[in-house]
Amino acid sequence: MSSFNAVRVRADIPALTRHINGRPITYLDSGASSLPPRSVIEAMDEYYRLRHANVHRGVYQTANEATDAYEGARAAVAQFLNAPGGAEGVVFTKNCTEAFNLLAKSWGVANLKDGDVVLLSEMEHHANIVPWFQLRESIALDIRFIPVTDDYELDLSNIQELLQGVKLLSLTAMSNVLGTINPVKDLAALAHAHGALVAIDASQSVGHMPTNLVDLDIDFMMFSGHKMLGPTGIGVFWTRPEILATMPPFLGGGGMIADVRTDGYTPATGFTRFEAGTPMIAEAVGLHAAIRYLEGLGLDNVHAHDQSLTVDAISRINHQFSGRVRIIGPTAHAQRGGVLSLDVEGVHPHDIAQVLDEIGVCVRPGHHCAKPLMRRFGLAATARASFGPYSLTLDTDVLLEGLQRAITFFG
Amino acid sequence: MSNLEELYKEIILDHYRTPRNRGELPPPASKTEGFNPLCGDELTVYLDVTDGVVSDIKITGHGCSISQASSSLMSVAVKGKTLAEVSEVLSKFKNMMTLEGEVVDLNDPSNREVLRSLGELAALQGVAKFPVRIKCATLAWNTLSQGLEEN
Ligand SMILES: Cc1ncc(COP(=O)(O)O)c(C=O)c1O
Repeated sequence: MSSFNAVRVRADIPALTRHINGRPITYLDSGASSLPPRSVIEAMDEYYRLRHANVHRGVYQTANEATDAYEGARAAVAQFLNAPGGAEGVVFTKNCTEAFNLLAKSWGVANLKDGDVVLLSEMEHHANIVPWFQLRESIALDIRFIPVTDDYELDLSNIQELLQGVKLLSLTAMSNVLGTINPVKDLAALAHAHGALVAIDASQSVGHMPTNLVDLDIDFMMFSGHKMLGPTGIGVFWTRPEILATMPPFLGGGGMIADVRTDGYTPATGFTRFEAGTPMIAEAVGLHAAIRYLEGLGLDNVHAHDQSLTVDAISRINHQFSGRVRIIGPTAHAQRGGVLSLDVEGVHPHDIAQVLDEIGVCVRPGHHCAKPLMRRFGLAATARASFGPYSLTLDTDVLLEGLQRAITFFG
Repeated sequence: MSNLEELYKEIILDHYRTPRNRGELPPPASKTEGFNPLCGDELTVYLDVTDGVVSDIKITGHGCSISQASSSLMSVAVKGKTLAEVSEVLSKFKNMMTLEGEVVDLNDPSNREVLRSLGELAALQGVAKFPVRIKCATLAWNTLSQGLEEN
């Protein structure tokens, strides 16, 4: 394997120098938001100190530099994803959630009609559920869910039936609760054979494993910058430029127009049509730096690192707490993401997280914005630990110490 | 006392492990559901109010130790009390919970009086130091308020 070294990654993350309650921080919440390396913070800092100006329409030097930086980030995203059509299909949004709203409220409104089927799965984040329910208030959509098996995988036994009449398959590449990695490429091919388009939520996968849009052969992808070592406030909506060209504007205002008169307006073409108002320039610069950093690590290496941490953590949890701590997610094979949802018998996730906080461990209790999935497994909440490229087995040591404490404390 | 012991006082753990007044009441008892959308805690409060007195109260639901203990402590504190007494406990409890981040100064005579009058409920005072857990502690009480209003 190449030069990937998690200890060295850790040294690049300023936030990991903190102490919480007298202990070095043990950050196990990268699934909710990852910690940016110094290079991301410095790129944004340098931008604000020396080059800040509004983008586009400027003539002076720093305005041109800002525009180049912003458009450079778009090109970097396209290259990072190996996007067909290049940067033309990349729209910057506030986050993954806004990208899903753009999909539903622009593409969906223009292309879906009463009775059309939108196929989701039971393991989707609310970001890929609620916009469809909102759209159903004006278009009588048939929203279906691919069930999840007791082994925490998509239940594809009825997939042919579920795909009847489907116009869009919208699916997560990796569950933020279970860690399950879905067979995106195969399902996309199947959905295409039924005449549907395919949207993929890459929030959990894009910073943790290689993404190749040419190979996946999908139609839409969305994710947030802050889960891939980048800043908050920026997300990506990608589609094929020829699809983008058919989508009506979403938000209106400056920047997204070709012409405005007193009797109406003409929208701009391409990605510009979907970027109303002054965009998130510094955040785009930060995202660009995050992409460079991840490419330096190698996404294959990051994925392998996640897997080895996860396999190790699963076996130690099972060994130390056999029966008492249940892992809500696949445990039998290594092909999964670095997300561990824990259900500790007799101790509520909030109480687990509270006891863990006492020794500086950051995990997330709750439903993780996936209530249909929690219902499916009869759970109100789990305590979720999730890894990043800077995580070490040392973090698992402290997690286990905290779990033991919680179990002892609550009996 | 460590932070944790301050939060999870023995009385709280006891009420969590052995909740009082668990269960349902048949109609005509009122039934009010409470919900903490952040953590998924759910609670149902059944109330029997006869002649201006909370003659019976039962609670079902699930949640963390703080929300469960708080609902159990609440049920004990209000059962058999007049509506006026209940509303006084309610407002005292809510006051205690809004002392966000501050430890109640027990040397301040007015606080001492309030805490004493709250009895076992005062054990929940440590929660106020943990702002994200205040919602856990107040869920049952907000549900009770709502139930009383509807009654
Ligand atoms: C799978 C998945 N989809 C969507 C989102 C939403 O991301 P954001 O809150 O940044 O819009 C998340 C983040 O919680 C996620 O894990």
